[in-house]
This record gives sequence, structure tokens and C-alpha cells, in this order.
Amino acid sequence: MGSDPIFGRIALIDAELLADRESQQDPALAALWVALEEVKDPEIPVVSVRELGVLRRLERIEGGIRVTITPTWSGCPAMHAMASDIRERLLSLDVGQVEVHTRLGPAWTTDWITDTARESLRAFGIAPPAKTVPDTLAADPVPACPHCASPDTRRVSEFGSTACKALWQCRACAEPFDAFKRI
Amino acid sequence: MHTQTDLFHYTLGLADDALVLGQRLSEWCSNGPFLEEDLALANVALDFIGRARMFYAYAARLEGAGRDEDALAYLRDCREYRNLLIMELPRGDFAFSTARQFLVDAFNLPFLEALCGSTDSELSAIAAKALKESRYHYRRSRDWVIRLGDGTPESHQRLQRAFDEIWGYSHELFRAGEAERRLVAAGIAPDRAALRATWESLVAPVLTEATLKRPADTWSVDGGREGTHTEHLGHLLSELQFMQRAYPGLQW
Repeated sequence: MGSDPIFGRIALIDAELLADRESQQDPALAALWVALEEVKDPEIPVVSVRELGVLRRLERIEGGIRVTITPTWSGCPAMHAMASDIRERLLSLDVGQVEVHTRLGPAWTTDWITDTARESLRAFGIAPPAKTVPDTLAADPVPACPHCASPDTRRVSEFGSTACKALWQCRACAEPFDAFKRI
Repeated sequence: MHTQTDLFHYTLGLADDALVLGQRLSEWCSNGPFLEEDLALANVALDFIGRARMFYAYAARLEGAGRDEDALAYLRDCREYRNLLIMELPRGDFAFSTARQFLVDAFNLPFLEALCGSTDSELSAIAAKALKESRYHYRRSRDWVIRLGDGTPESHQRLQRAFDEIWGYSHELFRAGEAERRLVAAGIAPDRAALRATWESLVAPVLTEATLKRPADTWSVDGGREGTHTEHLGHLLSELQFMQRAYPGLQW
């Protein structure tokens, strides 16, 4: 690490994210990544764990594969299911041993959710998250209704059915909808 | 010079803070004033239990004695718990829970931000996740303080009484024992006393907007980090730990 601890830390984060990207683009691992697209968020079955930014990296190790995942919200109870679904899928491909490693840093952010996933969320009836703004106490911006696209929506509660979602309602079509909270 | 035991105890204290507060918040589940708030309280509780798990898992590795997060949470008695007293106070009425949550949320913002800069990369990583969630917590509790304080005569009276009753428990947030001070010197732990000014800036204007009187700093209690707890912790642990104690080794 350099003499400046802050820049040293940023450099480490960048290195991790670069290694994640390289793993996802590695042609030697392509078949595994394709297979793992089938592993979806258990609560949101239209988004894969990779698209969500939870499944970070695959690495060949002696005897098998090492998987790196990262938790979304601290208490998210779906992590257990996601880890075991990933393990099951890989074991079904006869990769040998599967080691699932949970990495806390760099912290998961909704900014990692892919554009394709955002469209899938909207089609599923969940307003995708806004881009994050660093270090702010400002509330999430007003989302457009995923059903009728009206911008005239109101927040019912900032805490919804799961840790990651808030509950909103459209004033135009009157439908309630979940909105992914940015974090 | 700090020791591994100092770091283990420190991490355990942070884990206990989160678990005990998470447990108190969970007690509102199915008892909330209305459905949306019941869900909100359960959501916030889940965030705290999640961060408790991360801290416990790290503490277990630091101790290296073969205990895991469950053993630490379920098999220690009151005198081994290291949470601050403010976390263990009973939930009381909605005003009391709101006052306690607000004071703690306002503390967690500068504390976690400082902990992000810890030289311990695991604590820093946990803090980075927890900080983002705490911003949602603070907004929620701040808005409730304003709504209840500047509300009806009854809500105002209940919330004023809540702050008056709890104020003396807030000072412990800013205290550090010898072991923690060694960790501060090592750049691992934030300096709690230095966070007071930011805490005041997050608390005082909100109390004013809520038309509430800031209580005087005439009394304080502490002892949580040393295992000297109020009688309330015993009752909390008897509920939290009942299943593991009655059916040792029970697994879902």
C-alpha cells in the first residue's frame, strides 16, 4: 500500500473490481458464467445473481472452482439461498469442489446492477434504483411508475417487503409498486 | 500497544451493540402502530442483526478459540456482554423507541464514517456497508422525532419524556476504556469523544424543529463495556437465548 492510506485503499478496491471484470470476461470460464446466468435472485426471479452484482468472480483452484459473492444489504436473508443455488449449479457441471467465498469489501452498490437488469426489473413491476450520490442524506429520487410510466408517484414507505425495496404508489394509475432503493 | 484480545473485545462490543438493538427493534414486529411502520421497524432490525452477524463472525475469527457467531450470540451470559446500556433498555412506548433510535442513528453516522477509515480492513469493510444503511435509519428516526415532537400534545409530551429519561444513557456512546484507547492509537478504532460535535449537529437542530427541549447533561450511566448491565439485559437474553439453551446444538 502507498504512503497515503486513502489512496492505498482506493487502489485495492480498483484492483478487486478489475479482477472481477477480468474473471467475467475470461474465455476459459465462459461456459460456467453462461450456466450461472440461470441462478436468479430468489425474490426477483428475472434478474441473475451476476446481473445484480452479487456474483463477482470465478477462479479455477486446485480440485475445483472458487466463487466470490458479496452480500447486498447486511441482513439480506436471500444470500444463503443464492450461495447454495450457485453451488448446486456448479456441482451439476462436474467442476469438482466448489468453494463459495463471501467478500464484504468493496461494498455492494446498486450502481453495479446492469442496464439489462434494470429493464428486467421495470418489466417485472419493480422501479429500478437511481444512481447513487456519494455521502448524501437526501432521500431517493421519485421513480416513474413501472406499470404506466407516469412520473406522478408518491412514497408510501421507505421500508418495504424486503430490505432492498421501498413501497410507492402511482397517482395516475393507482397501482402500488416496489422501488429498488439505491445504496 | 494494543493486543489481539483488545481487538476481539472491541469487535465483540460492536457486535453486541448491534444484536441487542436489533433484538429490541424486533420486539415491535406485529406490535407496530400500523402495518407500514411495523415493516419499517422489522427492516431496520434486520439491518442491525445483519451487521451483528458480520461483527460476530469477525470476532470469532479473532478469538480463534473455535467459537462461531452463534456461540457468541447465544451462549454468553449478561456479564460477558459488552453492549452499551442505551441499546438494552426496553422498547417502552413508540416515543421511547423513537428517541433511543434517533440518538443511536445520529451517532452511527459519524462513527461508521470514521470506522470506514480504520486500519483494520475487516472493520472498515463492515463499516462501509453499515454506513449506507444507517443513512436510511437516520432519515426515518429524524422524521419521526419531528412528526411526534411537533405533533399532538400527547405525542409531544411522550417524546419529551422519552428524551428526558434516556438522555443520561447517551454519554456512554462517547466514552472509551483503556483497551479501546489503545485501538484508537493504532488507527483501528475511531475516537468516540471526537464524534460528539457531529452528533450534536445531527441532533440539536432536529430537537429544535420538533419543538422539544434538549435535556440537561446532569447525569450519566455507563458500565456496558465492562459487563455491568441494567437488569433489562437479563430478560432480553432469556428470550434471545431460550431455544439454544433449552435445546443445545439446535439447528434450523
